[in-house]
Amino acid sequence: MIAEAGLAALWLAAALAILQLFLAFGPSPVRTVAAGPVRSIAIVEGLLTVFAMAMLLWVFERTDLSVLLVAENSHSAKPWLYKLAGAWGNHEGSILLWVTILGLAGAALAIFSRRLDARTLTAALGAQGALALGFFAFLLLSSNPFARLSPPAFEGRGLNPLLQDPGLVFHPPTLYLGYVGLSVAFSLAVGALITGRVDSALAKAMRPWVLGAWIMLTLGITAGSYWAYYELGWGGWWFWDPVENASLMPWLAATALLHSINVLAARDSLRAWTVMLAMVAFSMSMVGTFLVRSGVLTSVHAFAVDPKRGTFLLALLAIYVGAAFALFALRSGRLSEGPKFELVSREAALVGNNLLLTVILGIVFIGTLYPLFVEALTGAKLSVGAPYFNAVAGPLALILALLVCVGPLLNWKAGSGDKLKRLAIPGLVGITVLVIAMFVLPGEGVLPRIALGIAGMLAIAAFLPLVGRKLRRTPLSTWGMVVAHFGIAVALAGMAASTMLTKEVLTAARPGEQVQVGPWLIEFESVTPTAGSNWTALEAELRASRGDGVSVLRPQARYYTSPPTETTESAIKTVISGQLYTVLGKPAEDGRWQLRLWWKPLVTLIWLGGALIALGGALALGGRAWRGWRKEREQ
Amino acid sequence: MIVKPKHQRLVLIVIAIVAVMIAVLLAMWGLRDRAAYFYTPTEVAAGKAAVGQPIRLGGMVEKGSIQRLGDGVTIRFRLGDGTGEVPVVFRGITPDLFHEDSGAVAEGRLEKDGTFVADNILAKHDERYMPPELGNQTAEHQAAKTVER
Repeated sequence: MIAEAGLAALWLAAALAILQLFLAFGPSPVRTVAAGPVRSIAIVEGLLTVFAMAMLLWVFERTDLSVLLVAENSHSAKPWLYKLAGAWGNHEGSILLWVTILGLAGAALAIFSRRLDARTLTAALGAQGALALGFFAFLLLSSNPFARLSPPAFEGRGLNPLLQDPGLVFHPPTLYLGYVGLSVAFSLAVGALITGRVDSALAKAMRPWVLGAWIMLTLGITAGSYWAYYELGWGGWWFWDPVENASLMPWLAATALLHSINVLAARDSLRAWTVMLAMVAFSMSMVGTFLVRSGVLTSVHAFAVDPKRGTFLLALLAIYVGAAFALFALRSGRLSEGPKFELVSREAALVGNNLLLTVILGIVFIGTLYPLFVEALTGAKLSVGAPYFNAVAGPLALILALLVCVGPLLNWKAGSGDKLKRLAIPGLVGITVLVIAMFVLPGEGVLPRIALGIAGMLAIAAFLPLVGRKLRRTPLSTWGMVVAHFGIAVALAGMAASTMLTKEVLTAARPGEQVQVGPWLIEFESVTPTAGSNWTALEAELRASRGDGVSVLRPQARYYTSPPTETTESAIKTVISGQLYTVLGKPAEDGRWQLRLWWKPLVTLIWLGGALIALGGALALGGRAWRGWRKEREQ
Repeated sequence: MIVKPKHQRLVLIVIAIVAVMIAVLLAMWGLRDRAAYFYTPTEVAAGKAAVGQPIRLGGMVEKGSIQRLGDGVTIRFRLGDGTGEVPVVFRGITPDLFHEDSGAVAEGRLEKDGTFVADNILAKHDERYMPPELGNQTAEHQAAKTVER
């Protein structure tokens, strides 16, 4: 009954989405009275999807093996947390999570955006309903998570062991909040195009959504990167895997949008451009969903291919993106671009930011989809990986980082560069770091060295907007910008330093032998069997020292029984200056074991930087919300 | 330089178009020699793959061909597809499901002497997954998360 209740809720929500669409875009007598009902419908729809998701969690918690999805992806002997999180560790469940967040976003839009004019809000809710309808159809017609299995299975097939990790609990929901949070920006843009009201009020209504979604995307990407880093045992933190790119593309678009939306809010300029970006950002979310869920590309997340689903998603994508851009083409001509600005101004710097981010987005997009195009056109199979992305997008990202030093020092509208003198000190620091990186530090590659220099410059330049201000009276949103820009410097330094300075040793050793990696002396003590609740493993004991005491690391080679899978569990020792990363490989024939050891200086800065970027966003969001709330109370 | 609002819009449109064009040009330039094409052992044996270019080679690991070298971390084996065979050398930890007589994809470069030097080996990860290149046509639709690189 639980599963049926969930399914019924979904059908009901789908019916409401149709009603929502009709009320918002129906004949004009309907539209005039629609504002109130559409809002209520959006809220009820959100509650229904949450209910359905709760039902799915419930059947997973009970391991109800008469539900097909549970039987195929869960197992009664799994830890409780992974039973629950396993609900979205599969195609159907993760689409339901997607739809739930879409429903929630619609409800939240209806509840919180009361200050927007009623017609635009109604049209935006209609657009949100249209999005929801398509994805409800996809869920109900091709990916029903509540399908029954008769007779029930005796035991479930289990969850892929790589997913049995705390990462599964946080990574997909955070990323989806980001992906789908952007749907609100998309709907608001569509609504504003329909009513023709693209102005700073729209930007102010849209900004919290974009900020919120962007924070979640930043966190999701950062967490996903760290998860892949420690779980896969390959020692890398970004593989330019299509699915990673699928999360990076909306992030790039959202980052551009986040900056142009400030121009629209503050100066009422860049109207059409901002609306366009809002539509591009969510389109990228949908492209990402298509790439991940259709399995058209080989990837770490590659699910076995089901052509029907891929086609369905592609059709949805084509309809929404096509309709939105057709609307844009028809309506954007009516929008004036708003007040003018000069070539040396904050606006111009933000246009530069947008330009670079758009070009990087284009490069990632083309590189990710190129294998699909080529295969469709010529039948040849190929893959595009790190060499392409690093060489083509890397230099542009560095130019962007330089621009981040400059932009915040420029004034709105007027062309005055006096504050640019302040860049002297950060510039000197950057050049010093660059010289040290070029002539003192070991390692290969020019790009990481330049990156290190730019990171050094930005680390100081990020704080320049605070110079001459009373710190306690500086708005939180300015602090947010400073922290986020500083986070970029931190992450960039981590990426550059770990690329240049990583030491890797791949060897076969007998217990009792010693291996040197970077500054660490590692004693290989033993390999012993061990076991967990649903796995057995061989565990190595490594004693690592570099003069100051000994740390013990225990990398494992695990064997899971359901489904039967072998995985490697890396063991990582984090110190202030970096991470020691160890992996136990296979036994060689003569009693030796393969060991793969990395010393990765400063690698932790990458994720610390990501967290700082997200924190900056949170400060800006919190600061603006606090100010809005106070203003409302004063009135 | 002050731009008139009307012209400013034109400037923005031009900027947008230029951005897209730059992206396309840069991408095309980058893809020319950085995309790794997929070859079968027969094609490589027939000399169709260029020496020194990054490519992917997919086939079955020939029975009895896996040979472990003295350093304990390098292996030699042959990838075949029934009509052709290519000797492969790989230094690293092989994926868990890398076995004789099962499918694998090697990423790397072809040497002048016809040996393929692999930087990475991808193997059939679990019973539900096969690298798409190896022709998995079964419509298994479970969440077979795969890890291969």
